[in-house]
Amino acid sequence: MTQQAVAVPPNEPEVRSRAFDLPRMYELMLLIRRFEESLYRKYREGKIGGYLHRYDGQEALVAGVVPLLEPGDLVLSTYRDHAHALAVGTPPGEIMAELMGRATGCAGGKGGSMHLIDPSRGFLGGDGIVGGPVPVSVGVGFALKYRAEQRICVCYFGDGAMNQGGVHEALNMAGLYSLPILFILENNGYAMGTAVHRSTAQPDMLLKARAHGVDARRVDGMDPIAVLEQAETALEEIRRTGAPIFMEMTCYRFVGHGVADNAQQQQFYRSTEEIEEWKSRDPVEALKNHLLGSGDLDTERIEAMERTIADQITAAIEFAESSPAPLPDTLYEHVFAKG
Amino acid sequence: MALMRYSEALRMAMAEEMERDPDVFICGEEVGQYQGTFRVTEGLMERFGPMRVVDTPISEIGIAGLATGAAMAGLRPIAEFMTWSFALSAMDQIINHAAKITYMSSGRITCPAVFRGPAGTGNQLSAQHSQSLESWYAHTPGLKVVLPYTPADAKGLLKTAIRDDSPVIFMEHAGLYANRGEVPEDPDFTVPFGEAVIRKPGTDVTIIGYSLMVRKCLTAAEALESEGISCEVIDLRTLTPLDMETILSSVARTHRVVVTQEEWRNVGIAAEIAARLADEAFDELDAPILRVGGADVPMPYARELERAAIPNEDHIIEAVRQVTR
Repeated sequence: MTQQAVAVPPNEPEVRSRAFDLPRMYELMLLIRRFEESLYRKYREGKIGGYLHRYDGQEALVAGVVPLLEPGDLVLSTYRDHAHALAVGTPPGEIMAELMGRATGCAGGKGGSMHLIDPSRGFLGGDGIVGGPVPVSVGVGFALKYRAEQRICVCYFGDGAMNQGGVHEALNMAGLYSLPILFILENNGYAMGTAVHRSTAQPDMLLKARAHGVDARRVDGMDPIAVLEQAETALEEIRRTGAPIFMEMTCYRFVGHGVADNAQQQQFYRSTEEIEEWKSRDPVEALKNHLLGSGDLDTERIEAMERTIADQITAAIEFAESSPAPLPDTLYEHVFAKG
Repeated sequence: MALMRYSEALRMAMAEEMERDPDVFICGEEVGQYQGTFRVTEGLMERFGPMRVVDTPISEIGIAGLATGAAMAGLRPIAEFMTWSFALSAMDQIINHAAKITYMSSGRITCPAVFRGPAGTGNQLSAQHSQSLESWYAHTPGLKVVLPYTPADAKGLLKTAIRDDSPVIFMEHAGLYANRGEVPEDPDFTVPFGEAVIRKPGTDVTIIGYSLMVRKCLTAAEALESEGISCEVIDLRTLTPLDMETILSSVARTHRVVVTQEEWRNVGIAAEIAARLADEAFDELDAPILRVGGADVPMPYARELERAAIPNEDHIIEAVRQVTR
């Protein structure tokens, strides 16, 4: 393993999740996992073009945070953005349609996998540029502060982004202006094929955030309960203080960086043993086992969830495949804003 | 009407729009406490407070991100770059983010941000501070590109830029800031995008320019009058949208064209206009279309070399003589 052991601070029981509970978190994580699997199948069938970046293994980072947000809160993410769209509630059919380049997609077929977007549900989009959403989040956070609405911007980015200059400009400004932003570093250990220790002489990401005057904490992203609890605490703090918090969520992506980064390619930078070791900590399985043990879920309910999700995905595929492609005469539409 | 400097007209536009719309704010280096590097934002922090006139660190990516994100979240930011040369650091935010988000989202989200600041060559500022880069932005779909020449246009076009729902690249020539002119005080005065203006009517040749080049075009036109050559001078005002109609109707009268630009001659807006004229008005032309532009070199420091690198009145006069020969 390339990552450090994680010390999770004690829980604060008074802020334990109310509306959103662990069984629902599990269901969302399962949906994310199954949906990514179905996208991969559709990619292999040639129904999806471009790049395809899957979230397998990182589900808790989204499922333990986004459902806790309130109306008016805003989310920005990277190109690994399918989970974020699902979590804000974008209908799976509209996501599938976007990936298939259909007019009914959540970006009208002009964005694709890396640019899912759903402003009506608070999702300001995925971003194809490493580190790209972080400077944008400063503006979003500034707008929320400007309007004094006690809203929060949640900005996701990866460990590779921590070596981008713009990210440090943005962290500095977020700290300087005290903006209500929850920065979530999805530290899956690799920027594409480059391990963290091969890209920086200072792998302590918290130190990098603290250098900009931003409160920074680490949470084990493979532990869904820890993610949920820590996110809840952080969101409550940001809502109360208006100041940014940087959360490093250590995790692992079970699949390649993108589809082209197949098992053979991955051998150049990580071993099968390492992947298997991390998979033994699969957060979806971990939460399932926890809920089975606690009695909050039984196998029947889990099977029912699987069936519901399978039906949702089947319906999403049918919706996407029966949707029209954007009309050729829409090519020049939306280069500029209307009006 | 009031006589004021170009820089004061810009300030008036921003102050009026900030009064009109509480979502308008300014951010940039030295825009507040320091009163603006070129005094364009002088007094605005005192008047509107530090939340609406935001001093930033020297972080161009951060400034562009601040404007882009705030615009995506519904505000109307005016981001000032201390010079457009420094905005080069921010290209990813401007080109990959601000310019594209409307299209990538099929219009589900917009980015009504204004990026403004001084541009242009001169004053022996040498290679990294003395340059014109407007064609970079005009080349990019999704950006409107505005370069006012007169103080009145500075005000009217900036107000239009602030009210526009698309990102606007607003380039102010540093050599124009001290220029005085009559400016309408009416807070409803705006100048629409995509409408070039004929600064001087003429019959023999059309000279096209924008920003500070308009002054050089007018000086050249005056000199050429004494040689019996009547020049029509068009001020484009905006490169995107580009008013080809005004150009085409002028060329239909004069049949001869010189297109000028301060930026490097190679692959610039003048080449684009020349190409469009070749496409759309070939039969109207009685002479080759000539371009006047900057020498294709990084700006040299030495006064004599700098003079040779920046297009001037003599270059325009020579080009006009060639097309009217």
